[in-house]
Amino acid sequence: MELFDFQVITGSLPEFWRGLLMTLQLTGIALLCGFAGAVPLAVARVSKNRWVSGPVAAYTYFFRGTPMLVQLLLIYYGAGQWQWMQAAWEAGNPVWLLFREPFFCALLAFGLNTCAYTIEIIAGAMRNTPHGEVEAAKAMGMSRFKALQRIVLPSALRRMLPSYSNEVILMLQGSAIASAVTLVDITGAARNVYSRHFAPFEAFVFAGLVYLVLTFLLVGMFKYAEGRWLAHLAPRKATKRKEAA
Amino acid sequence: MDALIEYSPSLLGGAWVTLKVALLSLVLAVASGLLGAACKLSNLLPLRLWTMLYTTIVRGVPDLVMMLLVFYGGQLLLNEVIDYFEWEFIEINPFVAGVLTIGFIFGAYFTETFRGAFLSVSAGQLEAGRAYGMTSWQVFLRIMFPQMLRYALPGIGNNWLVLLKSTAIVSMIGLSDMTSLADQAGRSTHQPFTFYLAVCVLYLAMTAVSGWFLGRLTTRYNVGVREANV
Repeated sequence: MELFDFQVITGSLPEFWRGLLMTLQLTGIALLCGFAGAVPLAVARVSKNRWVSGPVAAYTYFFRGTPMLVQLLLIYYGAGQWQWMQAAWEAGNPVWLLFREPFFCALLAFGLNTCAYTIEIIAGAMRNTPHGEVEAAKAMGMSRFKALQRIVLPSALRRMLPSYSNEVILMLQGSAIASAVTLVDITGAARNVYSRHFAPFEAFVFAGLVYLVLTFLLVGMFKYAEGRWLAHLAPRKATKRKEAA
Repeated sequence: MDALIEYSPSLLGGAWVTLKVALLSLVLAVASGLLGAACKLSNLLPLRLWTMLYTTIVRGVPDLVMMLLVFYGGQLLLNEVIDYFEWEFIEINPFVAGVLTIGFIFGAYFTETFRGAFLSVSAGQLEAGRAYGMTSWQVFLRIMFPQMLRYALPGIGNNWLVLLKSTAIVSMIGLSDMTSLADQAGRSTHQPFTFYLAVCVLYLAMTAVSGWFLGRLTTRYNVGVREANV
């Protein structure tokens, strides 16, 4: 028996392609929604008012302290436990019916998870804003909101880039658990190929390579973004120092 | 609630399985992390390239994919070896596959942690040790390791918390950890939400206990270090 048969891979390329699209949709939409939610919630997280920052802190504590797989199962399989949810399903309520869709549940779980991590990343960057900048904004007569909008957030969102690139990569890797709720992403496609051909190496090594390439692309994109928006924080080039001397 | 009490012995048994997987993987990961850091700091180019490949692959491939590869592919490979040597059939169980994979993955993260920590120990300390006539093993054990641990502790703590949470995926290759036991209990009692929430609470409890323990360790290894009051 051969250990690596390339025909297994070439024969199932369309399946892997559909899996790739599923992975990209899941991670892309979850990251976008998570980020959009994280910006205002991070502002609430750094608030001095405990009634504002407390609930956000509780939310991030729960979602950062438990595995994403359990969160996904909790949402997808857990929703059906409630009588009112079942009643809403029978009545055909379009909103609650979404909780029967694995795609929606995966998006919700991934989105809530990445949002929690992103909140803490942005909040950390906001706390590290040099205090002189905030004082200068106050001295210029900016309101709290204006200072956030013009000074604190633009700088914090730049400085968060390196840690956020980590979170994006972890989200891509984390989305592999989508096959636990019957979705066929890259990993799901690999599992199908495995069970059809009993070819674990072909299926999982190829899937791993696809993820590896996606990761490289993401790393490259963030390198470019850091060069564009974080150039002022990059270490100076040695050649320039030579010229100065 | 009654169902939760009825199934709690089974769930706690699952929590014990989760803890065993996590602790054994931690041992494996720390060992491979130390080895990886040593390779990464060595003068030999092939060793450095090898660890670079190791850390890149681990960062780029999801843990689940790697676990499925080890579980299903490892069995196939083992069967070939067994056929060749005509041994008796050995089965790779999900527990072993889980521990091996998680240990392998987090070994890469520990490699980075230990590499940074090794570099932080000042060279004068090591020279002093050699000047006292210690062998290089003694220098490592008595001077390098205890001081390195202080720098490595925050990273170790972070990696451990991520490792603990990633044990949940062993339920996907059929190990009866607390996630898969909660799944079974949820199906038979029609209360999946309750049981998954219980698993979340158990994970949170485990992280809280580890946080307390790591705090104690940090105090222990920071004895004699003055910190600036900011």
